[in-house]
Amino acid sequence: MRDYERYIRYRTFPTPWCPGCGDGIILKAIAMAFSELKIQPQDIVVVAGIGCSGRLPTFFNTNTLHTTHGRALTFATGIKLAKPDKTVVVISGDGDALAIGGNHLIHAARRNIGIKMILINNGIYGMTGGQVSPLTPQKFITETTPYGNIEPKFDTVNLLKASKASFVARETVNRPIPLKQVIKKSFQHKGFSVVEVISNCHINLGRKNNMKDPIAMSRWIADKTVTQAQFEKIPVQEQNTKYPVGIFVEDKERLEYTELYYKHIVPTTQAETIKANSTAKRQKK
Amino acid sequence: MKQRQVLQGNTIVAKAAIAAGCDFFAGYPITPSSEIAQFMSMEMPRLGYDFIQMEDEISSLGACIGASLAGKKAMTATSGPGFSLMQEHLGLAVMAEIPIVIVNVMRGGPSTGMPTKPSQSDIMQTRWGTHGDHPIIVVYPAFASQLFSETIRAFNLSEKFWNPVIILLDEVIAKAREDIALPRKKDLNIYWEKTKQIEDLNIYDREIGQNPPRVDFFKKYPIHIDSLEHDKHGWPTTDPKIVDKMQTLRMQKIYNYLDEIITHEEYYLDDAEIMVFSFGISARSSLAAVEMAREQGIKVGLFQALTIWPFPKLLLREKFKKIKKILVVEMNMGQTIYEIERTATDDVERQALLRANGVPFTPTEVLEAIKRFKK
Ligand SMILES: Cc1ncc(C[n+]2csc(CCOP(=O)(O)OP(=O)(O)O)c2C)c(N)n1
Repeated sequence: MRDYERYIRYRTFPTPWCPGCGDGIILKAIAMAFSELKIQPQDIVVVAGIGCSGRLPTFFNTNTLHTTHGRALTFATGIKLAKPDKTVVVISGDGDALAIGGNHLIHAARRNIGIKMILINNGIYGMTGGQVSPLTPQKFITETTPYGNIEPKFDTVNLLKASKASFVARETVNRPIPLKQVIKKSFQHKGFSVVEVISNCHINLGRKNNMKDPIAMSRWIADKTVTQAQFEKIPVQEQNTKYPVGIFVEDKERLEYTELYYKHIVPTTQAETIKANSTAKRQKK
Repeated sequence: MKQRQVLQGNTIVAKAAIAAGCDFFAGYPITPSSEIAQFMSMEMPRLGYDFIQMEDEISSLGACIGASLAGKKAMTATSGPGFSLMQEHLGLAVMAEIPIVIVNVMRGGPSTGMPTKPSQSDIMQTRWGTHGDHPIIVVYPAFASQLFSETIRAFNLSEKFWNPVIILLDEVIAKAREDIALPRKKDLNIYWEKTKQIEDLNIYDREIGQNPPRVDFFKKYPIHIDSLEHDKHGWPTTDPKIVDKMQTLRMQKIYNYLDEIITHEEYYLDDAEIMVFSFGISARSSLAAVEMAREQGIKVGLFQALTIWPFPKLLLREKFKKIKKILVVEMNMGQTIYEIERTATDDVERQALLRANGVPFTPTEVLEAIKRFKK
């Protein structure tokens, strides 16, 4: 058994994912990041919402929590505040994180609470059978955009930047080693971190858009993947069709939320209380 | 010596929660419950405990559930619109059997309704608000001392039965400042299941009717908690046999312990010919009315429900053997009266005094209703 397999809960296999799904690659990348960072399984909790991506926690041999659609961050916030020294990971789909859960995402980023989020962007609602998501590319055919998607997708990186996120990165399932590396880096970051992972859903997205097997979809992903330097040179109107990869934000200075709470608020209030009590006592005398 | 103080209802509940060991509060401001969050924001950091104002009520309950799983005693407080938003997560807490306390200070509804006016119209929502069959415990204090004792009891019940417990409060009681003697710490009876070290991964493995032990994250064994129907490990399943068993387990852990859960107060019922059934602010008016009626020689008593769910069916049926007239007094357009209909035998005459316009009943109004009923 390789060390990262300690983090995989084989007892709950098989997974519910379609053959060729990118979710398996992400599962392994996360397990390897845990293993290389030597975090003990009982010190980790992996939380997810609902969706194909939401099923990932079941397969981690750590503490795991499968919650409600879009709201994994809210549970994770409670867990992190209660136990700041633990590693709290949230796994989310694109609909999960940016449609129903969009509000929680921007607020978690704003608070800079030390949750590590893996945002699996397959551009579609996978679990419910292929409806449009806020990250579906324009013009794409889905179950609920039979005439083509007319809505633009969110620019996740800039959305998170504007929300004051302190770590934002993007990778793709085509590049498992850089993926593992960036996940590892995000796990070492103290504040709120998001790694968006471009993944393939050839069944629900590819099939309707002339990419019905995993190979065709990973070619499409490869074609859309650019470095940040390349991205800068692309005309602005075309930028929304590309996925620049790498780390976009890494702010190590900003204090993490629970650190602020426990190292600043709690001791200050306690000191004030002690002071107030002793003045009250003196006045009594 | 007990210390007498004048405290606002909301503050009494917050103080009682802390006395019960509450060390995590997440909430979102809403009239008429905000004072609870405000009090917690002052007190929790002083004690080294957690307070966080979340982005809405959905996330508030989510955070509380997460904290509870991480070993905290967690509470949130809200009112109608926020309580509506909490329903999905309330269901999760039932499904995954997570102790949690939710305060709902009711206000006039539906929708934004009358934020500053009292109402008792969320009673059915506390019972059936979340989707799916589920057990729920709802306590409903009326007097200042009960605000304290029922809050303690809410925590105890949620810990013991691994279930969310809701505290219903009336706006006028939550906002009023009243004289109260807070009990001393050593007189409190606090239930806190010492986290048992789970011996294996079978966290939900137990016999029907057994109380579950409390499980937390970050212990020796990594556990899985799921909002999906699950087996004894907590792992998702749709196997009909297992589903049957798990559903029964969740129901029976409450319904096998009704004696322990259901509490009420009775006043002047021993020789009563008419029973007033009420709760919250309506029970307070009713008690005054009953006392006025007694002075006029009318044999009437009051049944004040302190636990509204599970409904005190068996207790009431016992009363109906002797008392053949029941008057339900509630500030809504008819909610518990239907539960009484289901409880009472055919020979029991029932009447309801209902009103949902934001004005509590006066004792005289209840007295009039008693007199009309007597004729
Ligand atoms: C409140 C609520 N609304 C809708 C659903 C149905 N639902 C389940 S998964 C899902 C979308 C999943 O898409 P995504 O988040 O992109 O994840 P994926 O399945 O693609 O990994 C929806 C809408 C739900 N479970 N809960």
